[in-house]
Amino acid sequence: MSGAVVMPARRRVAWGKRAGLVIGGVIVGAVLLVAILAPWITPHDPFVQNLDNRLSVPFWMEGAKPGHLLGTDGLGRDYLSRLIYGARISMLIGLLTVVTSGLIGTTLGVLGGFFGGKVDDAVLFAITCRLAIPVVLVALAVVGLLGSSLTLVILVLGLLLWDRFAVVARSTTMQVRNLDYVSAAWAAGLSTPAILLKEILPNIASHLAVVATLEMALAILLEAALSFLGLGVPPPLPSWGLMIAEGKDYMFFSPWVIFIPGVALFILVFGINLLGDGLRDLLGAGDTR
Amino acid sequence: MLRFALRRLIVALLVALTVMVLSFMLTRLSGDLAISIAGASATQADVEIIRRAYGLDRPLVVQFLDWIGRAAMGDFGESFFFKARVADLIAERMPITLTLGLTGLAIALIVSIPLGMLAAVRENTWVDRLVQVIAMFGQAMPSFWLGLILMITLGLQLGWLPISGTGSWQHYVMPGIVLAFSAIPALTRLTRSGMIQALGSDYIRTARAKGLSRLSILGKHALRNAAIPVVSIAAVQLGFMLGGSIVIETVFALHGVGFLAWESISKNDFPVVQAVVLVLALIYIALTMAADLLNALLDPRLRSA
Repeated sequence: MSGAVVMPARRRVAWGKRAGLVIGGVIVGAVLLVAILAPWITPHDPFVQNLDNRLSVPFWMEGAKPGHLLGTDGLGRDYLSRLIYGARISMLIGLLTVVTSGLIGTTLGVLGGFFGGKVDDAVLFAITCRLAIPVVLVALAVVGLLGSSLTLVILVLGLLLWDRFAVVARSTTMQVRNLDYVSAAWAAGLSTPAILLKEILPNIASHLAVVATLEMALAILLEAALSFLGLGVPPPLPSWGLMIAEGKDYMFFSPWVIFIPGVALFILVFGINLLGDGLRDLLGAGDTR
Repeated sequence: MLRFALRRLIVALLVALTVMVLSFMLTRLSGDLAISIAGASATQADVEIIRRAYGLDRPLVVQFLDWIGRAAMGDFGESFFFKARVADLIAERMPITLTLGLTGLAIALIVSIPLGMLAAVRENTWVDRLVQVIAMFGQAMPSFWLGLILMITLGLQLGWLPISGTGSWQHYVMPGIVLAFSAIPALTRLTRSGMIQALGSDYIRTARAKGLSRLSILGKHALRNAAIPVVSIAAVQLGFMLGGSIVIETVFALHGVGFLAWESISKNDFPVVQAVVLVLALIYIALTMAADLLNALLDPRLRSA
């Protein structure tokens, strides 16, 4: 993280990286589209059970029933429909968590980097404390104590995942602070808030965009893990992590039950990471990991 | 060096104190603890008795000071569910979590150092790209899901490894692999960038000019310098792994500290939960401090920070 450098000159982007950007963008865009259009493209209601049609197999296996492309789960609910609605939950968690943690982390980081001194000491101390807290454990404990809900998961993850935003915002602000155009803004008599919002923020935005993709991927994985452990999104909501937990009982006889939501999760997170990696090169955002 | 060490120690103590306050507040989030301990069927009188028995009727500050004072002596109170001393419960299960964490870290280092070196030596070729894609694969893999897939394939279908439990060393292989996945991406990238930097430096050019063999340059000179950040990140990663092992311990039914925490959370056993959060945080604080001191010892330039 110390290697973050503001690069005004565009680097030559290797074709491999650009391919990554395109592939990542297509994956994330497709999942986002599916999430938005969920009510109109699902073949069945994702919540309706049919106990006469439990664990119907997906299309590539023998004995697949027409109408259930990815089969049905242990309660006879259409798996494709649940998977599509699951995309909604993952995207919602990812985006809202990033907005929350981005606001907290960026505010802290910019203030610390810009003012330095005691303010910066306090910000650094907050980051150090935050890193010492075991995220999964604390998130589980909070949800366990207060009861599982979608809102609570978003809130908890948002309040925990701001550290990288703060680190990157702080180091990039420090680099931008002493550049000529900021001095010019001072000389022109701009107020401090105006300088922070109009001069500093736009110039560190590309770095923050890269962090946002990383954190979004992390939030989606964490939500899945929490839901898998039964302390995330409550049933019968079709979170991908919850689908894996529900499929666990049948996994030795019908492995596809956990295979399908796991692959969906992997592809989405991989896509977000590819997008972030591509963005980093395109925007010349340096090493923000 | 001494001044640096002292300053670092003070920061670590302050962080530890803050985390203590936070882990105490964490269990008070639900409002009235006595009600959640008593359960749904309890009467008002039962709740009152519990409140008094556990000292929950005292002001929060008094409760906190009492808890912190005892914790400093190694006494974390008693578990409601296990009816045993929390300190004993944690001590009993810590070896399993530490074994798992160290196995995971060892596997991660064995995989990521050669991968990172390979990528650095072949910088900007397809090999380098491939290594980076592998690292990204690791990053996108949901650990609990990978655990289940390994159980189905290596455990059930191939029968190579036991599926769950802690009977023998084989029981730690699968969870270790899964845990390693979370650290491999960061360690690989760091080894790669460290090696690239080292390979481009003056002393490597000198070593080349002296006609030293390629292997000796890579192993003796470049790796030694690239190792400094890797060592410190490895310590930090171990801290993260211990905190993150809760998911993997639950998947593989390894009865370590993480599993204990998960059980306690579902049973509302708050003395255990707050003690585990605190212990894991303290281990992390100690590890990062050790890494910082080691770095400062190896590289005097860092001491001014």
